[in-house]
Amino acid sequence: MPRFELNDTDVVVIVGSGAGGGTMANELTRRGLKVVMFEAGKRQSLATFSQNPGEAFAQLTWLEPRTQSGSWDPVKTSPTLPAWHCRTVGGTTVHWTGATPRLQPYEIRARSVYGDIPGASLADWPIDYDELKRWYQVAEKRLGVTRRNGNPGMPASNNFKVMYAGARRLGYKRVHTNYLAINSRARDDRAFCIQQGFCVQGCKTGAKWSTLYTEIPRAEASGRLDLRSECFVTRIEHDEAGRATGVVYRDAAGQEQRQRARIVCVAGNAIETARLLLLSESGRFKHGLANGSDQVGRNYCHHVLSFVFGIFDQPVSFWRGAVLAGVVEDENIQDPRRGFAGGYHLELAMLDLPTLPLIGLPYGWGRDFASVVDNYRNMAGMLVNGEDLPRADNRITLSSTRKDGYGLPVAHIHCDPHPNDLAMRAHATGQGRKIYEAVGAKRTVVSPMPPATHQMGTARMSHDPGQGVTNAYGRTHEVPNLFISDGSVQTTAGAANPTLTIVALALRQADHIGREAAAGRL
Amino acid sequence: MNTRATHTDSLESADRRSFVRGVGVLTGVIALGSPLAGLLPGRAWAVQLRVLSSADAAALLAMIRTIAPHDTLDDAAYALVVVAVDGDAAGSTEARAGLKAGIASLRDGFALMPEGARVEQLRRIESGTFFQSVRIKTLLVLYNNPIAWSHFGFEGESFSKGGYLLRGFNDLKWLPDVPLADSGPMPTA
Repeated sequence: MPRFELNDTDVVVIVGSGAGGGTMANELTRRGLKVVMFEAGKRQSLATFSQNPGEAFAQLTWLEPRTQSGSWDPVKTSPTLPAWHCRTVGGTTVHWTGATPRLQPYEIRARSVYGDIPGASLADWPIDYDELKRWYQVAEKRLGVTRRNGNPGMPASNNFKVMYAGARRLGYKRVHTNYLAINSRARDDRAFCIQQGFCVQGCKTGAKWSTLYTEIPRAEASGRLDLRSECFVTRIEHDEAGRATGVVYRDAAGQEQRQRARIVCVAGNAIETARLLLLSESGRFKHGLANGSDQVGRNYCHHVLSFVFGIFDQPVSFWRGAVLAGVVEDENIQDPRRGFAGGYHLELAMLDLPTLPLIGLPYGWGRDFASVVDNYRNMAGMLVNGEDLPRADNRITLSSTRKDGYGLPVAHIHCDPHPNDLAMRAHATGQGRKIYEAVGAKRTVVSPMPPATHQMGTARMSHDPGQGVTNAYGRTHEVPNLFISDGSVQTTAGAANPTLTIVALALRQADHIGREAAAGRL
Repeated sequence: MNTRATHTDSLESADRRSFVRGVGVLTGVIALGSPLAGLLPGRAWAVQLRVLSSADAAALLAMIRTIAPHDTLDDAAYALVVVAVDGDAAGSTEARAGLKAGIASLRDGFALMPEGARVEQLRRIESGTFFQSVRIKTLLVLYNNPIAWSHFGFEGESFSKGGYLLRGFNDLKWLPDVPLADSGPMPTA
């Protein structure tokens, strides 16, 4: 692996190695560019992944503290972990469950389709659906998404049999084993899924796509990737003309270093991406880098999330098998007659035993609480994944009370769900209960919002520089050689799990950077 | 709950020992026929505590059993939570003081009260730091060990056994199978 000089002004710096960063590294090195990619976490492998959920959580999770406020559930139910994402090479693609639905055409025109909803800061995406769809197709081929491009669907698990029977009885039509970036047969030099039930702990066969063992090794094989793990970027620097010149970071030994760059791409997951821009304030950018619009950190979206469990007289053993291998798509529509704007997916889901009582159940203790866990063998589960509306005051700021190990303020998350989110949650969890009741559930249980696993919107794309942070290519309006390459750029959340969209936009951004660089404009 | 009486008896005798040592011992006997019988070398178990007296440990164990009452889950699983709480207290004077004060706030004889009376007491301190820290510790520890997994049915690590592809991920028979068009074929090498 090459080691580029700290003062090499010809490298592209990428901050973060997940879906966005890892994909960018592969795409840019393929185009002949030299890349230094920073990752705050350590490098694991299929061999070091642990199927002890507690161990895996400690190994992969971003555990630096956060502070939070607002009326969203995690303030009460998850005070020390408002968001659950990764700090490891491969980022959250190590822990994701592989669900890869596309956003729908109506969702990227949310402001036009839903109208002016008070209390929401909706905007249309600055990109045509046909253009997005073209990059979805490239991304789906890259990830080997099931039920697309001739890849077979996943076989039905016990948990899905319950969802399927109930959903069909309710009249739902689009119910299947989901679009998954998990090999349903061997391909791309990776094995097929053997239904281990440990997607979230790191897939030990590599059947699930992760940049850790696809995009990143390919970029390394090019001889043009310098991956620096256990290195934490604390600041992006710029010159007098307002162009990014490189980054300041702490190396694995905690020493401060400075890497020069011709282009900087930030893909730190939407909370840390916003934090890094805010930490990079300067005399010229007084409120944070690329934040003249005051939009950095605002419009934070995390999806309407809730588990619904059904308890039956007979065993389900829902922990066996790929976690999210099932979906009901019928509610991913715009139909105001339901009492809210936007739509949702009902996705198959299960939780391993130590995790279920931690994040899957409503607050409680005593007989009622214990009786749910007592039925672990006989539970079926699903996860509501719906569109939440952006709000200007749902935002990431720098904490005024808490600092990290380097003395830098940690991220503060403020979140008040929009009434539309609450109406959607009530409808979606109600439908989830009906699905299980239709096949004889003796009891159903609905969880509060678990820690947020989908982070979006904190540096959103916009035509109008006053309404967002980047243009349609993720290039910041104010700093011409600074790009945002993760879910932060989503103008709105839609109901789709964000990874496929992040990869599609990264592929498109890399193509743009390649062309601009070749033409001498970057 | 045939472990309960035996357990309490042995705690009483352990309490006399701890009077000499200054700290407690938590002991128990695995129920006959428990799946644990095969996991442990003998039926009797004992753990040495670092901070709590035996009487404090008994009160704490009763509190944890009230927070997460699984009647047939062995005391050995609950003892793991006691050990974890005791370990945290050994590592911090603040935690130690909070724990001692918290246990002292439970009425005398808490461990031997009927469940309804224990619930009533805990409701009164539910919003406090002591109760919440014990509750969170219970959630973190009680369900994250092989004793609990065996009890509740979670089968744990599956990679070394080839996952569940050929071990029951689709063995549910009380509902119809899903048509192939909405699922997919079993993979073949």
